Amino acid sequence: MSSASNVGFRLMALKRMGIVDNYEKIREYTVAVVGVGGVGSVTAEMLTRCGIGKLLLFDYDKVELANMNRLFYQPHQSGMSKVEAAEKTLKEINPDVEFEVYNYNITTMENFDHFMDRIKNGGMKENTPVELVLSCVDNFEARMAINTACNEIGQSWFESGVSENAVSGHIQFIIPGETSCFACAPPLVVATKTDERTLKREGVCAASLPTTMAVVAGFLVQNTLKYLLKFGEVSYYLGYNALQDFFPKYAMKPNPQCEDRFCCKQQISFKEREALKPKVEAVEEKEEEVVHDDNPFEIELVSEMTEEESKAAEGETPELTEGLRLAYTTPSQNTQEDASASIENTEKSIEELMKEMKGL
Amino acid sequence: MVDEATKRTLAKIPLLKTKAGPRDGELWVQRLKEEYMSLIKYVQNNKESDNDWFRLESNKEGTRWFGRCWYIHELLRYEFDVEFDIPVTYPTTAPEIALPELDGKTAKMYRGGKICLTDHFKPLWARNVSKFGIAHAMALGLGPWLAVEIPDLISKGVVTHKEKQAEGADN
Repeated sequence: MSSASNVGFRLMALKRMGIVDNYEKIREYTVAVVGVGGVGSVTAEMLTRCGIGKLLLFDYDKVELANMNRLFYQPHQSGMSKVEAAEKTLKEINPDVEFEVYNYNITTMENFDHFMDRIKNGGMKENTPVELVLSCVDNFEARMAINTACNEIGQSWFESGVSENAVSGHIQFIIPGETSCFACAPPLVVATKTDERTLKREGVCAASLPTTMAVVAGFLVQNTLKYLLKFGEVSYYLGYNALQDFFPKYAMKPNPQCEDRFCCKQQISFKEREALKPKVEAVEEKEEEVVHDDNPFEIELVSEMTEEESKAAEGETPELTEGLRLAYTTPSQNTQEDASASIENTEKSIEELMKEMKGL
Repeated sequence: MVDEATKRTLAKIPLLKTKAGPRDGELWVQRLKEEYMSLIKYVQNNKESDNDWFRLESNKEGTRWFGRCWYIHELLRYEFDVEFDIPVTYPTTAPEIALPELDGKTAKMYRGGKICLTDHFKPLWARNVSKFGIAHAMALGLGPWLAVEIPDLISKGVVTHKEKQAEGADN
C-alpha cells in the first residue's frame, strides 16, 4: 500500500460521516505557505498529511539549533535552508504532494515580482493561481508585502501570527475588497491582561513557545480545510489568548480610505460583483438583545489608550470585540503639526546627490 | 516614548514629501532625491554637533544601502558595517537595518543581524508614514540601539576593540 492511501483512509471517513462532501478534492488544490518557521513548517506538515495537491514554500532563512524549541525541524538539519529541509521531510511523509520551494526574501525588489508570479501562476495546472496563500511570517514588513501582492492579484489569503511574548496568537482571513486587508487598520492585538507596553525586553527580542505556535497552525489549517473543502464556517479573525484561554472572534469590513490603492480598487469591484448577484431573501435570525437594566457595580468601559494617543488617533477607529485592541493608532490625515520642516526642492540630480553624500 | 535628545535630533532632520516606494518608477526617483537630501542634512547636523556616527551609500536604484557606523566608548571607536534593503512596501514599512558582523552575538537581533527595534519605533514610524525616511530610521532605530547594545556587548567581551585585538596578537 502506498503511503498516500494510508494517509487517506481516516480522512475519507470525514466524507462517510457527512462532514465533508468531497474530501478527494483536496488533491487538486495548491496552497502557498510564506514563511516556514515555527508556524509555517507545522502548517505545511498538516497540509501534507491531509493530502494537499501542491505546496509552494517561501522562506529565506536557514535551520538553526536555536529553533529547536519549536516543532518540525531536527538538529541534523541545521545549516540547511528551511524550505529545502521542509521539502525533504514532507516528501518522505507524503510523496504525492507536489512542491515548489523558494529560498529568498519576498520583500525585496529582486524577488517580489517572482513571488507575485508564482501566486498568480503556481497552481496545479501551470498558469492557474494558487487556491490560498498562508502568511506564516514573523514580521510586519513581510506581512505587508504579502498584503500588497494579494491586493494587486485579488488573491484570498490568511494572515497568522504569534505575539512576541508567545502567549497570544491569531489568524485572519483576508478576501481583497470584501474583508479588511492588512493595511486597512493598524494590526490587531489579542489583549492578555498583561501590559504589553511594559513588556520586559531586556536581552531578547522575542520569546517563542511550540504550544502557541502549534495552536495557531492548527487554527490556520483547520480554516484552510473549511475554506477549500467548503464545510463549516471560516473565521475571519480568530484570536488566542493563552493566559486566560480566551478566543475572541471578529469580522472587519475594509476601510474605504485604505492606504493601499489596490485594496480600494478591490473594494469597488467587490461592490459591483455584489450588485450583480441575484437578491436572496434574507432569513431573519432574531437574536435576543442584551439589556442591562441595572449596573450595581457601576462597571464602565474605560479606554486603555493614553490621552496623548487618543489625541493623535484618527477619528474613525474600528469598533473591536472584547479581548482585542489595535497595536497602535495612527493620526488622521493632515491633522499633524510638524516640528520639523519638509525637504526643499532641488535642481540637483540623483548622481550629484550621491556624490555629495560620498564626499561628506 | 523617545528621549528628549533624540526628539531634538529628529526635529532637525527634514521631512520627506513624496510617498513612493521602489516599485513606483519616476516617483521613486523623486523620493530617492529627498532621501539623499535628508540624509546629507542629518550627517551635516551630526558633524556640527560633534556627533558624526555613520556613512551610507546606495546602489544606483537606491534599493540597497550599505556603509559604516561607529560608536565611541571610553574614548575608543568601535566601527561596524551597516546594510539594508528598501522593501517593496517602503515607506509604509521601515527598512530593516542590519549589522551583519554582530549576527549571533546578541539576542537583540533577528536573523541576518537585523537589529531589534523598540516597541516605540513601529508606532512612531506608522504615524509618520511617508514623512519619515532613511535618516529618521537611523536616528530613531540604529542610533538608540548602538547606544544601549554596544556598551553592553563590550562589557560582556563579545565586542572587542580592533586595535586592541591587533596589539594582543602582536604580543
